[in-house]
Amino acid sequence: MRYFGLIWRSAWRKKIRTLLTILSVFVAFLLFFLLNAIGQAMTGGGATIESASRLVVIHKVSLINPLPISYLNKIAAVPGVDRVSHATWFGGYYQDPKQQFGQFPIDPDEYLPIYPELEIPEEQLEAFRTTRTGAIVGASLAETYGFEIGDRVPLHAMWPQQDGSETWEFDIVGIMTNTSKGGSDAMFLFRYDYFDEARLWSKGNVGWYVLTLSPGANPVEVANAIDAQFANSPAETKTSTEDAFARSFMEQMGNIALIVQLILGAVFFTLLLVTGNTMAQSVRERIGELAVLKTLGFRDQAVLGIVLAESILIIVIGGMFGLLAGAGLLAAVSDTFSAMIGVGLSVSSQSLVLGIAIMLVAGILSGIFPALQAMRLTIVDALARG
Amino acid sequence: MRFLNQIVAVTRLNILNLPQRIATSVVAIVGVTAVVLVFAAVLSMAKGFERTLTAAGSDDVAIVLRSGATSEMMSGFSHEQTQQIANLPGVRRDGDRPVSSAELFVIVDVPKIKTGKDANVPFRGVDASAFGVRDDVRIVDGRMFETGKNELIVGRGAQLEFAGLETGATVRFGRVDWEVVGAFTAGGSVSESEIWTDTPVLQDAYRRGASYQSVRVRLDSPESFAAFSDALASDPRFDVDVYTERDWYASQAEATAGFIRLLGYPVTFLMAIGAVFGALNSMYASVSSRGTEIATLRALGFGPVAVLVSTIIESTLLALVGGLVGGALAFVVFNGFRVSTLGSSFSQVVFDFAVTPDLLTQGIVVALIIGFVGGFLPALRAARLPVAQALREL
Repeated sequence: MRYFGLIWRSAWRKKIRTLLTILSVFVAFLLFFLLNAIGQAMTGGGATIESASRLVVIHKVSLINPLPISYLNKIAAVPGVDRVSHATWFGGYYQDPKQQFGQFPIDPDEYLPIYPELEIPEEQLEAFRTTRTGAIVGASLAETYGFEIGDRVPLHAMWPQQDGSETWEFDIVGIMTNTSKGGSDAMFLFRYDYFDEARLWSKGNVGWYVLTLSPGANPVEVANAIDAQFANSPAETKTSTEDAFARSFMEQMGNIALIVQLILGAVFFTLLLVTGNTMAQSVRERIGELAVLKTLGFRDQAVLGIVLAESILIIVIGGMFGLLAGAGLLAAVSDTFSAMIGVGLSVSSQSLVLGIAIMLVAGILSGIFPALQAMRLTIVDALARG
Repeated sequence: MRFLNQIVAVTRLNILNLPQRIATSVVAIVGVTAVVLVFAAVLSMAKGFERTLTAAGSDDVAIVLRSGATSEMMSGFSHEQTQQIANLPGVRRDGDRPVSSAELFVIVDVPKIKTGKDANVPFRGVDASAFGVRDDVRIVDGRMFETGKNELIVGRGAQLEFAGLETGATVRFGRVDWEVVGAFTAGGSVSESEIWTDTPVLQDAYRRGASYQSVRVRLDSPESFAAFSDALASDPRFDVDVYTERDWYASQAEATAGFIRLLGYPVTFLMAIGAVFGALNSMYASVSSRGTEIATLRALGFGPVAVLVSTIIESTLLALVGGLVGGALAFVVFNGFRVSTLGSSFSQVVFDFAVTPDLLTQGIVVALIIGFVGGFLPALRAARLPVAQALREL
């Protein structure tokens, strides 16, 4: 740190070049933080820890095959299961087929306690319990579509009612928020009893079960016990953690991770060349000055350190601005993205650590050859050249 | 003419002494290469997806779904309804039978070969008439399934992407074993991502009774669509939506391709800005290393505009090289790269990346813009260089 003034001054020796290099670094890290957040959201890597304690039970053949409601009590009886409830895919849309969001018929008493991160005022929950056609919506959805408590909302669904109508009407009785970081509340919940009684087909079935574990229960053992219970029945089950379930779904999107890696690979390869070239030019121009430093008694290692520190400094400045801009942009688009794929966006601590590690490594890699060159300078040669 | 000659002469000089500034020039070129590579690669994914979905899109085939269904999964018809739809006006007839195909659509979990992870693969119940409403469907390996048996045929794309679907293999979905008896191609269309079997067998295995999910009909001609669609709309027995096959697949492609583009364009834009900084850096270095040379030219009578234009040409040429390399790399590495993703019917679509000529052209245009923008400010500086001062610095 003693040499900070010296390093700072030499970094700005050619202002335009340093500025342009910092801007390149800035763009590279901006891309890194943005793409990492999107990649993590798409692959479920941003899931919170509490979700690992929930298990999801689906039909073994696929998510679209329903499970009988009679499984509820059988699953509840499995040792290690604390609470269990169910949800079903409603798959409707509001006004325009493009306006789709998660809509699930659920049990008002049993479903919400499984998701403590979903918060709703007690009196609204009470209204949900007493209103047969009631629905509760996430705050982000309410904002997007202008839903307010007391509104009557028609949804057009894939499920016909007994009278053949495919339009279902719901009364908004509550608005919930998701208190977990990066969690989404973009969903529309309504009552399963109303749904099951009114629908034309598949009565007595649910889409999937979700359950919480008793303290100390082993998720793998519980999952195996549940699947074993329904083995060889007409509806065999597949139980996995909610995390794994979300990931398996996102993995089906395919090589998103590959694309993100490809882009970042190209970006950082270029970045190394840009900063490496800047440092090489800078050292070449300063050979005389570096020789003077050595003449003044600076050790070889100190000269190496000064050049390396300069390249790290340039990258860290650019990288930090990239981080700031990235976090700002992500916060700005998080809600839009959340309404689209149901996951919010933010700079995770994981990508923060990774980003800073990359800054340091890239700083060292792009500065190391010029720095070694500077270290190995012999005073006489360098002064003669400079 | 003299002005043009000056530009040519100065540009030639610039290019001839490029080797002296090789490091910065290569950095600028690589920057542009990366932009064009990423641009072409990401957008070729959107292109390939669209191409696969629209390959089947024919104007004289109509798809009928239950009203409001945004995918086949959400639709449903009774056997009687499918017969009534097939006999409406506008439907082509082969002898006394309408050319129509009522189909059932379910999803099964099959692991992807590359990752071993389960994916939703479309499993369609069809009969021989499915071949009548689709062009180019051909059995390329093995044979057609026999009716009433647990036999299935597999699209070429599905066979290459998902595990255990080789011809002759036995697969287990739920509690039923199926024998893979053949493979088919369908002109590169989305049908190649699917598994087909006999409708009654599938209805039985999935306890669907005699229900169907979609009806495809071959129309007399593309112009008959209006008549067919009017007949459906005015008939109180039906509450359905009808699309030409081309419109249907285009709308199915829209969401996924749109999402990829939503990712691709901003990323390209940001990377292009980064590359402009690289080009600026390289061109400033070029101008400052040629300070004496430029001053000498000016002293000899070359005009400032010639210096300006030639500097921009140099930078644009460097970017063009980068763009060509990036485009070529994208084509060699990604064209035909097979992947599968979740389409809008909640099921897998197998497709190839398509690095098309118009994508490459766009990529080159992006490169040229980067070169021009990156060269402009340094060129201005070169043109404004005070001659006397630059010569004194010698």
